[in-house]
Amino acid sequence: MNESLLRELVPAVIGVLVRRGADFASAEDAVQEALIRALETWPDDPPRDPKAWLVTVAWHRFLDAVRAEASRRGREVAVEVEPPAGPAPATDDTLRLYFLCAHPTLPPSSAVALTLRAVGGLTTRQIATAYLVPEATMAQRISRAKRRIAGLPLDRPGDLGTVLRVLYLVFNEGYGGNLDLAGEAIRIARQLVALTDEPEVAGLLALMLLHHARRASRTGPGGRLVPLAEQDRSRWDTALIGEGVAILQAALARDRLGEYQAQAAIAALHADARSACETDWVQIVEWYDELLRLTGSPVVRLNRAVAVGEADGAQAGLAALAGVRPDLPRYAAVTAYLHERAGDLERAADLYAEASRAATSVPERDHLTREAARVRHLSANGAP
Amino acid sequence: MKYLLLKHYRGGPSPVVDYPPMDQWKPERVDAHVQYMRDFAARLEETGEFVDERALAPGGTFVRYDGEGRPPVTDGPFAETKDLIAGWMIIDVESWDRAVELAGELSAAPGADGEPIYEWLEVRPFLSESLTVTE
Repeated sequence: MNESLLRELVPAVIGVLVRRGADFASAEDAVQEALIRALETWPDDPPRDPKAWLVTVAWHRFLDAVRAEASRRGREVAVEVEPPAGPAPATDDTLRLYFLCAHPTLPPSSAVALTLRAVGGLTTRQIATAYLVPEATMAQRISRAKRRIAGLPLDRPGDLGTVLRVLYLVFNEGYGGNLDLAGEAIRIARQLVALTDEPEVAGLLALMLLHHARRASRTGPGGRLVPLAEQDRSRWDTALIGEGVAILQAALARDRLGEYQAQAAIAALHADARSACETDWVQIVEWYDELLRLTGSPVVRLNRAVAVGEADGAQAGLAALAGVRPDLPRYAAVTAYLHERAGDLERAADLYAEASRAATSVPERDHLTREAARVRHLSANGAP
Repeated sequence: MKYLLLKHYRGGPSPVVDYPPMDQWKPERVDAHVQYMRDFAARLEETGEFVDERALAPGGTFVRYDGEGRPPVTDGPFAETKDLIAGWMIIDVESWDRAVELAGELSAAPGADGEPIYEWLEVRPFLSESLTVTE
């Protein structure tokens, strides 16, 4: 039983049902029931065409549900004529499902849950475990999301930017459980790349692959955070890096730059350096300039200051901080780092301590606390 | 984002309303208070924002290590001046603003006279176990 095949078929099958006239929530329910049926029967009786099998069974389930509903209300059967089953490539339908699940009217957490469920094919329990909430809570979140989009037509293209943002949200959630959310986001993004002709989709996939390639080296024993410069580069996944770079180059060649491509370019330059000191910081600053032009984001401005500090020295980095809002997350951490590099250890230690109090994750807090202690120690011992 | 709503019965800012202990309320006022809490939790379950909730018994003790081979030192039960945490709720919401909004609602449970008790609640964000990937 190939579970990943099943998961990949889910969005396509929901798409077919919706195109045939089922509303989204009923289509999704019917497909879930068909999946259960598949798990029961396929091991003994494998279908020749899994997708056609799922479409047929799910459509029957949908019709049964409609008939049951209709007869309960004492009305006429709403759907009598069964459209012919059969091959239905229907890539358009699947793409519209992405748009629907990431609809701007849904709060991000709901869009994430619905995307994982409807286009990722995950069970509610799996999603709940990944996000450390009770299954009932996740079930409610998903069913509310379904109700909210119930009336939305599936006939016009949605906002691809929202879809990409939702996928990146999934990727960035590294929560526990047995589910690798980053891996799921990559799997779904691969499908999305096959459905669209937009370089930014490829850019996001490349970005995720390049980050994912470094995953094993980003944390040490006990979840300890390992900064980029100290990472063991021999543990980077060169196959993923190669794939990410190739996808990025193909996307860049199409000359429609977007923020994900620019971010991926920065990640690629990091991945390309055999050691931290071989990093091409000058080019990284140039990409940050592009990114800033595209987004105007204060977070980008902050990260750019780090790159400027590496390319042109700590004082230049501190100068680049002018105009960055000090209340940004990680502002204190960045300032601390630049002051340390500039030799102002006392100031750096205070800023690291301040940054650790504002950290948003346990490994980040511990890392910054350790940095504060280290620099304070250096400072007290009169080290350079 | 997950947040912890902590119900302090002592130790927070000065109470706005100086209500008597619940065992001195009229039974129907107690019922109304308890029902408000139940309805609140049920509503959060409905919206998919509920994670967990527990009430704690009042009797508690501070404990610490007291050296190799010696029994732990205890200091308790809580004296009047010490903090007392009566219970907590964990919610999973979109934003800090939403967490504050919900804490405000929870604080409006009816008190001894049926009016909101204006109870102080502490709201604390969880540090997540995950890292954002932007380096």
